[in-house]
Amino acid sequence: MQIKIERSPAPVWFRPLIPLLAIVFTFVITASLVLLVNANPLSAYYYFLIDPLSSRVSAIEVLVKSTPLILTGAAVTFAFVGGYWNIGAEGQLLMGATAATAIGLQMHGVPAWIAIPLMILGGFLAGMLWALAPALMRVKLAIDEVVTTLLLNSVALLIVSALLNGPWRDPISQWPQSPEIAPSAIFPKLIPRSRLHLGFILAVIVVILVWFVLTRTAFGLRMRAVGMGSSAARFAGINVDRTMLISGLVSGGIAGLAGVTEVAGIHYHLIDAISGGHGYTGIIVATLGTLNAWGVLLAALFIGLIDTGAQTVSRALGVPVYLGDVIQAALLLVTLGFLLLQGYRIRWRRKG
Amino acid sequence: MPHEPYAVEMRGITKRFGTITANRAVDFALRKGEVQALLGENGAGKTTLMRILYGLYHADEGDIFVDGQMADIRSPRHAIAHGVGMVTQHFALVPPITVTENIILGYTDRFNIDLDAAHNKVAEASRRFGIAIEPRALVKNLSVGERQRVEIIKALYRDAKVLILDEPTAVLAPQEADELFESLKRLRDSGLSVIFISHKLHEVMAITDRVTVLRSGELAGTVNTAETNQADLAKMMVGRETFGVTKSDVNGRQGDIALRLEKISALDSKELVALKEISFEVRTGEILGLAGVSGNGQSELAQVLEGTRPSTGGRVSANGREITNAGPEQIMATGVGRIPEDRHESVVAEMTVAQNMALEHLHEFVRRGMLDKKRIRAHAETLIEAYQIKARPNDRIRTLSGGNMQKVILARVLERNPSVIIVAQPTRGLDVGATEYVRQKLLEQRQRGAAILLISEDLDEILELSDRIAVIYEGEIMNVLPAAEADIERLGLLMCGVSV
Ligand SMILES: Nc1ncnc2c1ncn2[C@@H]1O[C@H](COP(=O)(O)OP(=O)(O)O)[C@@H](O)[C@H]1O
Ligand SMILES: [Mg+2]
Repeated sequence: MQIKIERSPAPVWFRPLIPLLAIVFTFVITASLVLLVNANPLSAYYYFLIDPLSSRVSAIEVLVKSTPLILTGAAVTFAFVGGYWNIGAEGQLLMGATAATAIGLQMHGVPAWIAIPLMILGGFLAGMLWALAPALMRVKLAIDEVVTTLLLNSVALLIVSALLNGPWRDPISQWPQSPEIAPSAIFPKLIPRSRLHLGFILAVIVVILVWFVLTRTAFGLRMRAVGMGSSAARFAGINVDRTMLISGLVSGGIAGLAGVTEVAGIHYHLIDAISGGHGYTGIIVATLGTLNAWGVLLAALFIGLIDTGAQTVSRALGVPVYLGDVIQAALLLVTLGFLLLQGYRIRWRRKG
Repeated sequence: MPHEPYAVEMRGITKRFGTITANRAVDFALRKGEVQALLGENGAGKTTLMRILYGLYHADEGDIFVDGQMADIRSPRHAIAHGVGMVTQHFALVPPITVTENIILGYTDRFNIDLDAAHNKVAEASRRFGIAIEPRALVKNLSVGERQRVEIIKALYRDAKVLILDEPTAVLAPQEADELFESLKRLRDSGLSVIFISHKLHEVMAITDRVTVLRSGELAGTVNTAETNQADLAKMMVGRETFGVTKSDVNGRQGDIALRLEKISALDSKELVALKEISFEVRTGEILGLAGVSGNGQSELAQVLEGTRPSTGGRVSANGREITNAGPEQIMATGVGRIPEDRHESVVAEMTVAQNMALEHLHEFVRRGMLDKKRIRAHAETLIEAYQIKARPNDRIRTLSGGNMQKVILARVLERNPSVIIVAQPTRGLDVGATEYVRQKLLEQRQRGAAILLISEDLDEILELSDRIAVIYEGEIMNVLPAAEADIERLGLLMCGVSV
């Protein structure tokens, strides 16, 4: 008996199954961690995956939690499809949140139909602006954007802290958090007495737009060409630099929107924990969603589910909340591994 | 007739790659002390069969015998132990170290190496086998021909009794090929058995004792070289009479200068000078062939004209308009069609045939801001039909064979009736059928009045198609000859930098 690994791509029907297989596999390997704290893995996964959906309140919470992830996932997708490796959604989100706060604070007496679009626009532009320098350095000087976008995340966080400990420090409580934005700037609720807000609709609209641009427009096709083979795209007369610049900037803008929804939909003021890693989770979402707009929507809902479930599971079984993070991180690695492995097949061969 | 056992014998070899059967029940036997050709079109399965013999692949079915004994060859190590050596199409040498180090690499199992002794042994082997090589030279400083000699010595040094050469002349200038043939004859006379893979008939006729022909993975037959001729071999190879393309000599439309290069210079990817003040012109209705040994600036010249590499001096104009350092879009707008050297660098492998066909002129496929998917598809269907491409519009282009991929590129360029065509290595890696198709299309374009610059390393192709022939050597044009004055010998000398 002989086992051989050969390079040959997985059949087409198999590919959509890869994220699902990755999920199953991730649960199998994380089961050992659950066992380590003397809990039953099956009941843990029940609380992770099923329990949140069994009540209306927690099901709505899943949508709330997935809102910023849909946006950062869409942002990362838009960049990655164009061959621009934007790891900076976290920083762009923070800048979008900062801009939304700055605008929201000035909106006292301004009607909501002006205040809200203004914040959305401002957040988008701020995210874009934060993405500009690395994108320009990439196309003009060939400086690796992975490094620059990543480093700028810390810079963005420091700027937010500086604002919160300086000019925006809450005058009453003296906590490092900004004053509350004007009531007219707060996103309306979609369902009364819940946390689900306008941002969810915004996120779904962005997914639709991203899907449309990527699959239905000439620009989207050029972007994909650049992402899949920049030398062939250049040969075909596509302006590779410009295309890459645009996909990097739009990506930053979308990530900025995630900052807007967190400020205007959830917190109503700026805190330095406003993101809590949504920008990085966006990379997981985009990967798990196989860089497809609808896949991103599903993946974000799934991660939102795990996030919600992590709290339930820790309450019910005494498992640390961080298990949710561990599962997400493991999921990214396993998905990446599976995506890589789909190019190979294992062959069994009997000798003789 | 009782005879001594074959040096190697392969019986009933079958090898599948997924759905492709690369070898189907192939029998192959090599006598001791003979040079046998393994002949076949590209994709016939020659390399696969020999990789099986050398242990790089494992046959799905069939057996291998060495010296009459069944041999289980599972890796090159086993093959070498059985006295089988192979020089693959892509050399397996480590450039930064010396010839000797490369030769003993993976061969000695001693921890410390006596380099001086090793140098002497390599030098002695070089003398004994009559293959000139400098043991202390660094491989990175060697030409392709010299590297090939290192590979051969490497195999012989490991006591190969059977030497497999996979398309050894593909990378050589004619004179270098002649030298190789001399060495092979000497080796044969000293008792070595040689398998010589080729798809070039005249080479096979020149140096082999017997010829085994593969066709589409199956054995077409084995014949004695003395009892056959090129026409019969060609018939065995393709299963039909080959029909040479015919260049019509009457062509009244040759005339105006359509493409002009004036003192074009350029650097290569390592920033070294690749082109030195190249000047020539191509007229309408003519094919100018640019011949040269691989790596003398052809790629860089093609890229400059395609708009993917900047020139550092000089001017290019097409149809009277200057296109020096213009981008692809601008170059195409002046009526220049581009068929590049590397097919894979000019199509997006993961995209569909239809998308690739539309990519260069995407703005023509937009309606009300949206991609007109119906138009893209219909356009592809028309071209697929017109150019007999074996593919569907929605097939990913990477799933196409080389010939069909080339037809896609050809279709996308020729449908626009370009007045100037820059075409580089148009038939590299294609089988006989696709090769003839491509050449026929180029001649049609010439007939139509296009000015064609044909850059090719295949001298037969240059001679078959060109009206005039330019030879490039180390980034300079050695000479431009009318086709009537060019013969292989003269071109070969020019290609080696000898002015004649
Ligand atoms: N490693 C491989 N995986 C899949 N297909 C292969 C592989 N190697 C060769 N083939 C296929 O097998 C056939 C024979 O190829 P090859 O032996 O390289 O032909 P030749 O050397 O005669 O040109 C071709 O169709 C080729 O695409
Ligand atoms: Mg081959």
